[in-house]
Amino acid sequence: MNDNARFEFLLRMGDNALVLAQRLSEWVGKGPVLEEDIALTNVGLDLIGQARMWLSYAGEVEGAGRDEDALAFRRDQHGFRNLLLVEQPNGDYAETTARQFLFDRWHLLALGAMTRSRDERVAAIAAKAGKEVAYHVERSSDWVIRLGDGTDESHARMQRAIDGLWMYAGEGFLPDATDDAMAEAGIGPDLAALRAPWREGVAAVLAEATLALPADDFAQRGGRQGRHTEHLGHLLCEMQFLQRAYPDARW
Amino acid sequence: MAGMVDDPVTIEDARAGAGLAAVWRALSAIPDPEIPVVSIVDLGMVRGVAREGEGVVVRVTPTYSGCPATDLIVRSIVEGLAAIGVRARVEIALAPAWTTDWMSEDAKRRLREYGIAPPGSAVPGRSAIDVRGISPLRRSDVTVPCPRCNSTRTRLTAQFGSTACKALYRCEDCQEPFDYFKPH
Repeated sequence: MNDNARFEFLLRMGDNALVLAQRLSEWVGKGPVLEEDIALTNVGLDLIGQARMWLSYAGEVEGAGRDEDALAFRRDQHGFRNLLLVEQPNGDYAETTARQFLFDRWHLLALGAMTRSRDERVAAIAAKAGKEVAYHVERSSDWVIRLGDGTDESHARMQRAIDGLWMYAGEGFLPDATDDAMAEAGIGPDLAALRAPWREGVAAVLAEATLALPADDFAQRGGRQGRHTEHLGHLLCEMQFLQRAYPDARW
Repeated sequence: MAGMVDDPVTIEDARAGAGLAAVWRALSAIPDPEIPVVSIVDLGMVRGVAREGEGVVVRVTPTYSGCPATDLIVRSIVEGLAAIGVRARVEIALAPAWTTDWMSEDAKRRLREYGIAPPGSAVPGRSAIDVRGISPLRRSDVTVPCPRCNSTRTRLTAQFGSTACKALYRCEDCQEPFDYFKPH
């Protein structure tokens, strides 16, 4: 195991949480109902907290003097290692819900496996984050069912959202050399092994939601290697603006 | 609460301006910034106090990863102990992960009186994660009685309330919405 692989692994976990939290923050103040506005903000806040823990540790492992803020605000899009799924735009509420649901289910399984990590800090962060993500999964699953098994309009939109995001749902199950090194060292999860339980959970919720499980399992990859869709750059423009325009600004 | 955490130095040993018992008393007077009827000690956030040089080190575990009150709590500890003449450093401990099972019974009673339904029992095994994604809200068979009228006919409105640690419920009898401190 080398520390570069561990650094990359920690960035991937941190960037998933950070980028999705930034997307959720775009809903603040304009959620469809007050309870949902509050819920989206809470989920985003949990993810920001988790991102801070992962990125702080990543900075320590890298040993180049970068802290969580330097990693969050001073990297360009090719330096980001998040799944393509989490950078997709909010769209309508069905798309926001589908993105959250597909990610939450992957996230919980990955964190569950990481609670057994040989890296004690990874295990501690995963145990803490996992308790929070259990609530995220329950909420996003509830909404998939509510919208899928709702009106004709909500059903159609929910199905369209699941179909549209499906090509990004499988990236988290495709290990590369970094993941292999982490799994071998007992630090990271065996990603391929998460696919079956993920699929089972997703299929059960979709069935209850009267939605069809997409048949084509093609998975677009690249985000975890720094090759992103066009959406990430725009997200970073807004997220990083202040620190780019006024470096080291504090409040 | 002091019995369940490290308290390796007796009051006689403490060379700081005040003994550790006084330190614990001062910490017990620091309210949670968002739920002022309970203190940070009531919530189980203070995991230990130990002497360090001329001062003390206070080990604190955050409740939720993104809880915006954490920084404020750290500052309150340093200021609260400075007020009794003790220099304090705060150390953040992630493991074992915070659980509502550390909350005292007295704190639960005060929460209920304040209008927040106190948490039921959390997950068995503090860091156990149910990867099926069923939160403790549905895993436990415990009903959440309304803190106003005690009715057990209550319903979950949303998994998230005014703060990360609370869920929104509604009482079907008195019709009042209320917060439930989530088991965690």
